[in-house]
Amino acid sequence: MTGPTATSTLATEVIGTPALNFTIFAIFVVVTLVIAVSVARKNNSATDYYAGGRTFTGLQNGVATSGDYLSAATFLGTPGLIAIYGFDGILYSVGFIVGWLLVLLLVCEPFRNTGRYTMADVLDLRLKAPSVRAAAALSTLMVCLFYLLAQMAGAGVLVSLLLGVNSSVGQDAVVAVVGILMIFYVLVGGMKGTTWVQIVKATILAAGTVVTTIWLLSRAGFSLPALLHHAAASSRSGTAVLSPGLEYGVNTVSKLDLISLALALVLGTAGLPHVLMRLYTVPNAREARRSVTWTIWFVGLFYLCTFVLGFGAMWLVGDKRILSAPGGSNSAVPLLADKLGGTLLFGIMAAVAFATILAVVAGLTITASASFAHDVYAGVLRHGEAEPADEVRVARITGVVVGIVAVIGGISAKGINVAFLVGLAFAIAAAANLPSILYSLFWPRFTTRGALWSIYGGLVSSVVLIIFSPVFSGQGKPLGGTSSSLITDPRINFAFFPLNNPGIVAIPLAFFLGWLGTVTDRQPADSARFARMQVRALTGVGAERGGRS
Amino acid sequence: MTIFQPLRGSASSTAAPQAGRGSASGYEAVRASRDFWTIRRRFGSFVGPACTLFIVWYFLFVIIAVFAPGFMRVSVFGDVNVGLCFGVLQFASTFAIAASYRRWARHRLDPLADRLRHRLEGGRGQ
Repeated sequence: MTGPTATSTLATEVIGTPALNFTIFAIFVVVTLVIAVSVARKNNSATDYYAGGRTFTGLQNGVATSGDYLSAATFLGTPGLIAIYGFDGILYSVGFIVGWLLVLLLVCEPFRNTGRYTMADVLDLRLKAPSVRAAAALSTLMVCLFYLLAQMAGAGVLVSLLLGVNSSVGQDAVVAVVGILMIFYVLVGGMKGTTWVQIVKATILAAGTVVTTIWLLSRAGFSLPALLHHAAASSRSGTAVLSPGLEYGVNTVSKLDLISLALALVLGTAGLPHVLMRLYTVPNAREARRSVTWTIWFVGLFYLCTFVLGFGAMWLVGDKRILSAPGGSNSAVPLLADKLGGTLLFGIMAAVAFATILAVVAGLTITASASFAHDVYAGVLRHGEAEPADEVRVARITGVVVGIVAVIGGISAKGINVAFLVGLAFAIAAAANLPSILYSLFWPRFTTRGALWSIYGGLVSSVVLIIFSPVFSGQGKPLGGTSSSLITDPRINFAFFPLNNPGIVAIPLAFFLGWLGTVTDRQPADSARFARMQVRALTGVGAERGGRS
Repeated sequence: MTIFQPLRGSASSTAAPQAGRGSASGYEAVRASRDFWTIRRRFGSFVGPACTLFIVWYFLFVIIAVFAPGFMRVSVFGDVNVGLCFGVLQFASTFAIAASYRRWARHRLDPLADRLRHRLEGGRGQ
């Protein structure tokens, strides 16, 4: 044990005051519930429910989008990885910001101009095929579920650390409460309520992160080199933490794994359905562009702060103490907050973490419910003939079902490193969604068959490779000191695919299949549809506008 | 049923312009127009190089970190090494590309797109 504070009862240690943490969190819940109820008065049309009436400004939606994007896995996981692996944690986090340029440059404006509520709308305008709509809906639902699982799994782990709930039943109960609150936001508030929850959450997340970062920097005399020096000095790896190699440079497989992850991060952001759906809450494509630019500033600022927080935790808390804490690497930020600002700052950061989980799961749930109701129910089952009120009713029911599935999944997925699952959701987003979005926006020859091949090819290859990867079985990689496999029994091992992230195989494969399916299609592309798609995408003709424009 | 000239030699036989405003053949005429060609060329001339640049720049960072970690260890001042500077520069380049695209699009793309959109929507008595 490293310091005088470390005791032999680390596993059951409770930091902070659970009552205080709970109070701060309860204030957030009450405020956001009031907002959700008060904006819910006019929430019955499909545009209100799915797109918040398209009345949000670029700045509002930009903040909300960063709220959707900065999950608990990010808030806790990224500084944790930096605190333990140093530079390799930075390597991991850079991909999360760079990927936004793809959203800004290629996707946001054409997407806003050619769709109404979901990603499948865009593909449908181009290809007019129910089979493509169904495929796009399936991949949307899969990405949402993976992402949800990551968030809910994180919720269970956090509870032991932040609220002092150490019993398994108590943790499960908290996960269930998170699920019930999220269902309420989505049912009552619709997209408008969910967006305001995101804005509140993103604001307190940014405030908490910036305040802690400045606090930390003041301890190091506002000198980054000094902070790095202290951090390296207290790490068990010494100055090696400041350069690459601790996590990913071990062997060829881990090197390839990093490149695979990098590919998934940089291409996956533009395929995340809950990010894409946000583009419809603004009045027009210009506001969509503005909102993505704001998101880049907010997300970038946040990640720059995580560097400081990660190295700060390495310095003040120490990697040994972080690894032996109940949440593993995810406990770096809460432990750092406790070290810096005592129980109050710890309580605030704990509440921020919970608010983050709550807001992100609400955003994912409304995306999944919109995709099911709008694409599967109205688009495929009812052939586009469903009454809007009927569609919204189905969306609300789906929201409840998704919430229940998320709670059950979250309870059973407790203990998996949450940052990893997010990486997997990104891989599916990049492989199953992005190729068909880009092809249908920019490639005149793209056909229905190409779309089906790329969506199903990307989806199936990602999922199959994940199942046969070390994430699923075998001993896994000792991230956070424990097995990261879903199946913890080391005797069961069917990890034939060596990488933790399938991106490097699945993404090129999906692009290739989209091309192959198109060029071998006997039915040629409909050039009139492509002309309409491209004219609408680049000029905004016929796009649905919002209340303000 | 509309008759139109296939643009890229693809022998599409039927066009079914049910959804959306305006006929599909109208859109093909717009797509073939000089104004739209200018929008497409301008869009491509910024977005193409910008995407290539940031993707190459990002993977340069990742690949050097993975396959040439020695370079990243070179000290710039004190404990701050090339790798950490490279990482922060990734953020700087992302901010710079985003800001310059936003400014560029506002001046070079939006006026043209607005003009074309007003003409199209006005012509149909929307």
